[in-house]
Amino acid sequence: MSVQDRIKEQIVSEKIMLYMKGTPQFPQCGFSGKTVQILQACGARFGAVDVLADPEIRQGIKDYSNWPTIPQLYINGEFIGGCDIITELYQKGELQKMVMAAQG
Amino acid sequence: MVQPEQIKQWIEAGLDGARVTVVGDGHHFEAVIVSPAFDDKSMVQQHQLVYQVLGEKMKEEIHALSMRTLTPEQAAQQGE
Repeated sequence: MSVQDRIKEQIVSEKIMLYMKGTPQFPQCGFSGKTVQILQACGARFGAVDVLADPEIRQGIKDYSNWPTIPQLYINGEFIGGCDIITELYQKGELQKMVMAAQG
Repeated sequence: MVQPEQIKQWIEAGLDGARVTVVGDGHHFEAVIVSPAFDDKSMVQQHQLVYQVLGEKMKEEIHALSMRTLTPEQAAQQGE
C-alpha cells in the first residue's frame, strides 16, 4: 500500500486526528504541544500520529495536504489547519463547536 | 541566520500588495500578513499561499513560522 493510501485510511480512522511531533503525553515540539493543549481544553477525544516515528508519513502528510508543517489537524477526514489556525479557531470559539459536532 | 526583515521581503516580493510585519530571533518567527490576495479565501488557503511563496525556504532556512493572515478589510477592522 502506498503512503498516500495509508494516510487516507489513517486520517478517517478517528473522527479527530492529529499529526504531531511526539505523543500527546510527550510532545517533541512547542507547536504540537500547544495544539494538544487546545484540543484537550475543548474536551476533544482524538487520535494522534507521531510523525517522528515514521519518516514516510512525515513527508507524506505534507504532500497530502499541501501543507509544509506539522502539526496538522483533521476532523472527519477534512484538513482543518496547523497550530496557528487551530489557535485562532479556538479563540473565536469555533473549534469547540467543530469538536462537539464531530463527537456528536 | 535568517533575519525577520529577510522573511518580510520574501513574502512581500511574492504576494501582491502584501503588508508584512515579522518579528523573531532567527529560529522562531511570527508574521502578520495583510494582502488583498487573501480575499474570499479560507484560512487554510491563505496560509497555503504564504507557504507557496516561501517554497523551499520553509524546509531549510525557516525553522518555525507562526502567522496571522488578514484581508485588508479585516486589518482595517482590527486596526492592524
